[in-house]
Amino acid sequence: MASFVQLLISGLATGAIYALIAVGFSLLWQTSQTINFAQGEFVMLPAFFVLAAMNFGAPFWLAALVGILAAVVVLGLLFKLVVVDPMLRYGVLPLVISTIALSVLLKESVKDFYSSQAEPFPPLVPAIDIHVFGAVMSTQSLVVLAVAIVTVVVLHLWLNKTRTGRSMQATAQNPALARILGVPVQRMVLYTFLINAVLVAIASILISPIYLAKFTNGETLGTAAFIAAIIGGFNQVRGAILGGIILGVLDNLSAAYLSSQYRGAFPLLILIAVILWRPQGLLGRAEERTV
Amino acid sequence: MTRLGTAVVTAAAIVAVAAPFFLKSFGIYLISSWAVLTIAAIGLNLTLGYAGQVSLAQGAFVGIGAYTVTLLMQAGVPFVLAFIAAGLLCFVIGWILGYPALRVQHHYLAFVTLAFTTLVFLVLRNEQWLTNGIYGITGIARPVFFGWSTGKAFNFYFFSLGVLVVLALVVWWMLHSPWGRAFVALRENPLRAASLGLDTRRYTLLAFAIGSSLGGLAGALYAPLVQFIEPASFSISMSFNLLLMVIVGGSGYFFGPFVGALIAVLLPEWLRITEGYYLIVYAALVMVMMAACPSGILGLVERLLKAVTSSGKSAPAIGAERTAP
Repeated sequence: MASFVQLLISGLATGAIYALIAVGFSLLWQTSQTINFAQGEFVMLPAFFVLAAMNFGAPFWLAALVGILAAVVVLGLLFKLVVVDPMLRYGVLPLVISTIALSVLLKESVKDFYSSQAEPFPPLVPAIDIHVFGAVMSTQSLVVLAVAIVTVVVLHLWLNKTRTGRSMQATAQNPALARILGVPVQRMVLYTFLINAVLVAIASILISPIYLAKFTNGETLGTAAFIAAIIGGFNQVRGAILGGIILGVLDNLSAAYLSSQYRGAFPLLILIAVILWRPQGLLGRAEERTV
Repeated sequence: MTRLGTAVVTAAAIVAVAAPFFLKSFGIYLISSWAVLTIAAIGLNLTLGYAGQVSLAQGAFVGIGAYTVTLLMQAGVPFVLAFIAAGLLCFVIGWILGYPALRVQHHYLAFVTLAFTTLVFLVLRNEQWLTNGIYGITGIARPVFFGWSTGKAFNFYFFSLGVLVVLALVVWWMLHSPWGRAFVALRENPLRAASLGLDTRRYTLLAFAIGSSLGGLAGALYAPLVQFIEPASFSISMSFNLLLMVIVGGSGYFFGPFVGALIAVLLPEWLRITEGYYLIVYAALVMVMMAACPSGILGLVERLLKAVTSSGKSAPAIGAERTAP
């Protein structure tokens, strides 16, 4: 039982990080039909911004801020202006190809210009084990969980309670109608790219102390984010959160209780099952088909 | 085909036959892998470029084909039978994998096929009793036909080229049959195709299955070419590479895969001056090309030709008028 609780907590922590990545992923999809195959690399990169800032002597908190800002500029603004905007008129597929190429570009750039080794990354809090009813929990898991929950709650409040947030939702649901109602659609689309950049930067800072910062980190994280977004429902923020958490918990439990060799296979089987029986995802709405 | 097109294809064929006489063994190995990868890319082009289904599983089918032929040959089955078995097995698996294609489209299908590729990789890695796991299988023999051994690089190239030509002719014939036209109708407008009485379900499955079996056949040549197979060769990056070949060459153009595979094989050699930065340069080139001309190199050529002649009297080949699905 104790080990079950332990697995559950660490699964929730991993799941919360997946959820952050998946939320950004589905936001991009909703507002601009961008399927970002480089989302995993987007999570890998900000950790190296932070490390680079620390190499210049900045303290960790400052370096983390620099990392988030750099992510907003590079992965938010530049990504939209340089990569996405010129491609949108061609439809979904060329952009998919382009983001696949971008993922290679980011990965190889980090490898060639920074390091091909796994770099140690400073944790937010010192790792101390806490004993609760016989279960051992690390402070790291708890902090990851707390930061992720706060981020998601803030995002949720912002999307639902502020005028800008509601305009963004309107843009996501029906861009043409939103434009008629006076919503600055282009600016809203830009906001989702910036929000995605902030989310991946936070995820990066949370996950890098655990996995170490390495150029290949994006491969598993990206796939996890796609799967989470699809399981939960591609067109729902709530869905992406649910999908991320299901995936994180399931990943940990199946590795412990079923088969560690086929650990990677369970999320994929669930993915295939969801796509076959409920393609709109657990919480998603069915999208109408264009004729 | 136009007169210019015939001339270009003839010239390319002459180069393909003459090239090995002027190349050293590594050069011959490169053009052999071009021939093999082209077969896989033709299959993917059928699925993606003609039937409009995005598949990230072609690398996995190459893997299934490679392992099938290797394991059967180790069990004493002659190459020709093992080769056919690899094609048939991939046809059946492709048919089954095609079922999701009936329910979902585009990006969802990309993810289903991506999941499939990862699953195949896991099975190849974990089922050691069958596949020898991460250590792979070495010393794969090259086939001998009636005393003509393909053991030498030179002979193996002509063997691969021969298979490529035969398969390409079969696909060419198929695309100009009512089947091929049905594939295009399916990509352009599935609802309309259905309302015109096309059994879209059957044709979607067929597109997937035939494309996959070509991947399997390419794998059946890949194993004796490289003579060493391991699960990592058939991971998601191979599927990505094959997808890039089809897109870079020009998806939906019959000769797109030939061009795309040639670039994918030669570019690392040309970019050797960039040393370790080859992948960065390649990725950047692909992104620039997607922004400038998403219909690939043949799409670009077609656009340039149209601009030069600006008459537009020659009717485009089937599917040539469309860019990306």
